[in-house]
Amino acid sequence: MAITSVKNLKEFSTSNERFEGAHLLCPGCAHSMIVRELMNCTDDNLVIATNTGCLEVSTAVYPYTSWDTSWIHIGFENAATAASGAEAMYKARKRKGTLKDPDASVKFVAFGGDGSTYDIGFQWLSGAVERGHDFTYICLDNENYANTGGQRSSSTPIGATTSTAQAGRVSYGKKEKKKDMVAIMAAHGAPYVAQLAPNKWKIMAQGFQKALETKGPCFINTVSACTTEWKFDPKDTIHLTDLATDSLMFPVYEIINGHELNILYRPKTIVPVEEYLNAQGRYKHLFKPENKHVIEEIKKGITETWEMLQRREEARV
Amino acid sequence: MAEKYEINQTEVWDGNYAAAHALRQAQVDVVSAYPITPSTPIVENYGNFVSNGYIDGEFVMVESEHAAMSGCVGAAAAGGRVATATSSQGFALMVEVLYQASGMRLPIVLNVVNRALASPLNVRGDHSDMYLGRDAGWINLDAFNAQEAYDMNLCAFRIGEHLDVRLPVMVHQDGFITSHTAQNINPLQDEDAYKFVGVYQPVEEMLDFSKPVTYGAQTEEDWHYEHKARQHSALMRSTRVIDEVFADFKALTGREYKRVESYMMEDAEVAVVALGTTVETLRQAAKELRKEGLKAGVIAPRCFRPFPFDQIAEVCGDAKAVCVMDRSAPGGAMGAMFNEISAAILATGKRPLVTNYIYGLGGRDFSVDEAKRIFKEQKAHADAGHITTQIQQFSGLRGPRLGFFESKRS
Repeated sequence: MAITSVKNLKEFSTSNERFEGAHLLCPGCAHSMIVRELMNCTDDNLVIATNTGCLEVSTAVYPYTSWDTSWIHIGFENAATAASGAEAMYKARKRKGTLKDPDASVKFVAFGGDGSTYDIGFQWLSGAVERGHDFTYICLDNENYANTGGQRSSSTPIGATTSTAQAGRVSYGKKEKKKDMVAIMAAHGAPYVAQLAPNKWKIMAQGFQKALETKGPCFINTVSACTTEWKFDPKDTIHLTDLATDSLMFPVYEIINGHELNILYRPKTIVPVEEYLNAQGRYKHLFKPENKHVIEEIKKGITETWEMLQRREEARV
Repeated sequence: MAEKYEINQTEVWDGNYAAAHALRQAQVDVVSAYPITPSTPIVENYGNFVSNGYIDGEFVMVESEHAAMSGCVGAAAAGGRVATATSSQGFALMVEVLYQASGMRLPIVLNVVNRALASPLNVRGDHSDMYLGRDAGWINLDAFNAQEAYDMNLCAFRIGEHLDVRLPVMVHQDGFITSHTAQNINPLQDEDAYKFVGVYQPVEEMLDFSKPVTYGAQTEEDWHYEHKARQHSALMRSTRVIDEVFADFKALTGREYKRVESYMMEDAEVAVVALGTTVETLRQAAKELRKEGLKAGVIAPRCFRPFPFDQIAEVCGDAKAVCVMDRSAPGGAMGAMFNEISAAILATGKRPLVTNYIYGLGGRDFSVDEAKRIFKEQKAHADAGHITTQIQQFSGLRGPRLGFFESKRS
């Protein structure tokens, strides 16, 4: 459905029922919102590959499936490659004339969490993008290995406590900064790369549509607030995501052809990051006097990134 | 349409080139591959066919063997013919996805050009990669020479894609000895080969949008067991189709294959069991020993999986001593094939003297002379009425003799 003709979110969210409401994701999990938007923003047929992770274990437990479309899961790391293989088969069969419905339009999409995208499946994603398959990879970035109980990933921000980088008497949690996956994927020369957020649903749907309509490999990192591991009330998912985008912890932007950067959302008032941090259990310990320097470091990082994004947007490089 | 490839009635091809031609003739839709010695030329030759218009399908050169098999799984689920090739470490990297391919019942053909597993790093042929994947739920066919590498590939598509089977198939050939040794080969013409393999029939395909499918679902203790049992059952019952396909192949080419190949076993007093090129070495030794009056025979499982449990004992006949040769480091046990052959014989109530040789690791040569010595050793067991050596021994190993387990006589 063309996003420009959509009146409101309610209409949009029920426009194309291909992802069943019956699934096992936690109440308040943003994954289902993001997946539903992707599936609603196109009328094309979809072939979806999904890495092992929360989304996969919650939507395809035999004998049930939440997917009213072609769907495949192989392993933790290889959804991008599964999509590559399916896309190659589509091209071969189209050429040979062996498709049942040769005129059906089809889009190939892969989903992965940050564990499978930033870490274990990094090579598979990089390879698939380098090969130029016509598909869109969407990372559901909840900044930890939520499916296995909240371990650190290379997407976990500095200062967050996770079960394998715990805040304790002598530790403030994760010591390392979040990996800049968007920059890495842009550096592959992918024709469309973006970072999007489900609270800005129209921007997100437009971004999804751009990716689906762009020929070649596209990468989108979406912030997916994790009620279980970030520790907040399930009813606050969108409120928390508002704080993430408005504090600029999660800037919303796109990079076209590896160089043309556009900021897609500028908060009218920038929310102090303490409000975002304080709304989640995983950052509670940062408000102890001895951890104040971590908050300062987070703030410094936000300022630097926002400055960089604005300069790049201006310079068109 | 792909260009027709002019083929002579007899060609001089090595095992890799023969396999590459079989993939071309089967008009594979997607090859997703990563090169590794000694299987690389299969992929390179296939790439050459692609670049010169002999193939209509897609050739996806991925960034690792894990991705190669992952690409094969995605492609096969999208409803077309899929094949690839690998060896050794590459095979080891693929193992995770091998189980997923068979669990999803996708008829992929994988050429395994057998090579040792590191460490120490070694590019030469042994069967440790074959053994690593033996429980992965694939049909395993073994080629003993380049002609068979070609023939088994054509049969593999027919078997795996059969609607009663729908399982992936590995075709094994020995690294270098088969893969890089040019031999006279009688290939089929392109039309005949394709006619034999047949048009691919998609089943539960992801590109039929009128009927969405979910591949790779999760099952826990409630359903996993039933799925794995059905998969095993399909594998066990694939023997009927394998026999049928081999019969059709014989009608077409005159070349006869069986799930267990036996050589001069009708009246054999002693027998040796092996896989790969060693089978031909053993046959030569047996032929020569027959002239000296030793009734020697050779048993070779063509079909390593499903393991021809019932046929083994039958083929053993009344042999008094049977030696099983494993070309893979046993890792703290008797050789794996020794165990399987012993169990098959034991189930029939026959009691030949069964011993085990480990041999040829990392490409160590196995000669006709050594084969003869082993046959004669079996004769010594048979004459003595008991095992006269240790039960597990090592053939062709430098240094002091190595062996394990004494035969206890009551």
